[in-house]
Amino acid sequence: MNSPIITVESLGKKYRINHQAERQRYTALRDVIAENTKRLLQFGKRSTFAESFVSQEDFWALKDISFEIRQGDVLGIIGRNGAGKSTLLKILSRITEPTVGRVRIRGRVASMLEVGTGFHPELTGRENIYLNGAILGMGRLEIRSKFDEIVAFAEVEKFLDTPVKRYSSGMYVRLAFAVAAHLEPEILVIDEVLAVGDAQFQKKCLGKLNDVGKGGRTVVFVSHNMAAVQSLCGSGMFLESGQLRRLGPIGSVIGEYNTSLLKNRTLDAKTSINLGATLKLERLDLEPTTIRSGGSLSMHIRIMPKRQTMIMEMAILIYSADGVRVAILDLRQEGIRDLILWNDPLSFEVFVPDLRLVEGDYRLGLFMATQYDQADFLDLLAFTVGAPDLDGDIAPYPAKYRGFLELEYSVRAPTVILPDKILM
Amino acid sequence: MKIANSEPFVEELIIEPGRAERNYWRDLWRFRELLYFLAYRDILVRYKQTALGVAWALLRPALTMAVFVAFRRMTKMPATGVPDAIFVYSALIPWQFFSNALSEASVSLINNSNLISKVYFPRILVPAGSVVTSLVDFAVTLGLLVVLMLWYRFVPGWQIFLLIPLTVFTLVLSVGTGLLLAALNVEYRDFRYIVPFIVQFGLFVSPVAFATSSVPPRWRVLYSLNPLAGIIDGFRWAILRGQTPLDTVTFGISMAVTTLSLWVGISYFRRTERSFADVI
Repeated sequence: MNSPIITVESLGKKYRINHQAERQRYTALRDVIAENTKRLLQFGKRSTFAESFVSQEDFWALKDISFEIRQGDVLGIIGRNGAGKSTLLKILSRITEPTVGRVRIRGRVASMLEVGTGFHPELTGRENIYLNGAILGMGRLEIRSKFDEIVAFAEVEKFLDTPVKRYSSGMYVRLAFAVAAHLEPEILVIDEVLAVGDAQFQKKCLGKLNDVGKGGRTVVFVSHNMAAVQSLCGSGMFLESGQLRRLGPIGSVIGEYNTSLLKNRTLDAKTSINLGATLKLERLDLEPTTIRSGGSLSMHIRIMPKRQTMIMEMAILIYSADGVRVAILDLRQEGIRDLILWNDPLSFEVFVPDLRLVEGDYRLGLFMATQYDQADFLDLLAFTVGAPDLDGDIAPYPAKYRGFLELEYSVRAPTVILPDKILM
Repeated sequence: MKIANSEPFVEELIIEPGRAERNYWRDLWRFRELLYFLAYRDILVRYKQTALGVAWALLRPALTMAVFVAFRRMTKMPATGVPDAIFVYSALIPWQFFSNALSEASVSLINNSNLISKVYFPRILVPAGSVVTSLVDFAVTLGLLVVLMLWYRFVPGWQIFLLIPLTVFTLVLSVGTGLLLAALNVEYRDFRYIVPFIVQFGLFVSPVAFATSSVPPRWRVLYSLNPLAGIIDGFRWAILRGQTPLDTVTFGISMAVTTLSLWVGISYFRRTERSFADVI
């Protein structure tokens, strides 16, 4: 009964990156023909097709991953952007094939790697429920039997026959989640889907996922929301640069992840992170090295384009260690909008004169919208805000009681309020 | 615990590099309804987004027919003993179906790239769905044939029932070539430009405006390598009460090429399918 439901043995996935030909992921037949002709002409020189593409680099998105999941486990996978979490989910859900290794799955897998995959804006809510259900592997009868439940969960009864392009984004997400949540596979694979939707709905989704876990089903869950991972998952997995750093009870895994984030105080060209398909974050560091509440903070950022890209919008996200967003710095306001990057990097410094955060651990992320894609890139860097120098006789309450923000305030001397003043 | 649960049905799946998935055909069966939904989606969307809707499916063959009939008259092509309109239109029926299916299927994977990179299902369903969608237009064009027959008071013979197997042949050819081009299109985006050319060129080299019998005999075998030649001849023969000749060699070669195309299409598709999500 308690044999593993998923067994992964030394799994690896290699991608080949063409540095020159990176502007296009796909090949043009024209190039292949041209290259092959060239190769024929230079027969004596033994230049291979691969070499002629300037340089090719093998990139292991996942390397030597082995683990087991037992039935009924709810496994949370955490790690920074580019750590291989999504690749692992894609392999488990059979979207892509591993390069080496082996996975053994005993049961039906359903995956939800994106909210509303396959939704068509022109179709009505009702039509999309059937279509999406079928895409996720449900039969028509199965969908019909759960139809009312799905509609009730999504709270879209009144809009069933409205095309989803007229839905608010909240309704859209609710409907999409509802369909996926009512699948009944033995194994449910979920990528960062709770990042969207309002807080109340997130709670509802978490509740639903919790029920799924309690119902003996196995869940593999990727999220940057540590609070959600902590409350939902029994065990955790921490991936770093494609390798398995730690597997164990969720508390200790999150602990290790937090420590490792705090160790990497800066990000440079060597440890660069991809921001979507076309940009690369080559530098992110903070000044001063010891950040104090109420002190100043500078962030140095450098973004390198891999091909011509327009940065339409960009914002810096600041959130707490358990994933609650504290503030954003909207860089559109500072002229970083609709910038076209060609060969040169975009370098700038963001200066916060007066960092009014309660002491504690925080994270930095970026929101980036280009003409190709838009996404939140979370956990790029972690930083600790130290307590301010004490002024006054009264020691502040411990940080955990004080929320995130230190507001500036004063108390005016109490004055007597006369009745006629109130009437004014 | 319920007794029914005590012996759960467990299906085991093994994911390994290069493993030709043994579950492929089982999955295809499990997802069979997706084929229906994908086709249904495409039809719904098409008729919601285009003002003319069904009329498009009629207008294109009708106008092409008018041009070809005029062309036949102007060049004084030899009479065939049947009304020119029906002569041309009976060839346009399979041609329109094939060309629609091929054009739609060849871009279907690219157009559904979000699905391919985010969900697993047998990919073959996407181009197959496009071919099924084209069957709807095919039914509409058949409707126009009925109208034409009434207009010219042309009564078909028993041969008309052979349209059913002939349609299956056309379907097989569309699926075969559609799968091949859809897979090629994922890897080499040039095919986006090649397919419209094939379709345009094909209309002129296939016996739509003329009869296969007007091709000189020594070129006949070579000409028959175009699988549409045999299929169109077959459609004509079945619709026109067998009044047009049906060369068994031409027809046989066409059937062989059609079968070959299905085999090539499926095997190439299956071979490249595994890496679709990585390159799309």
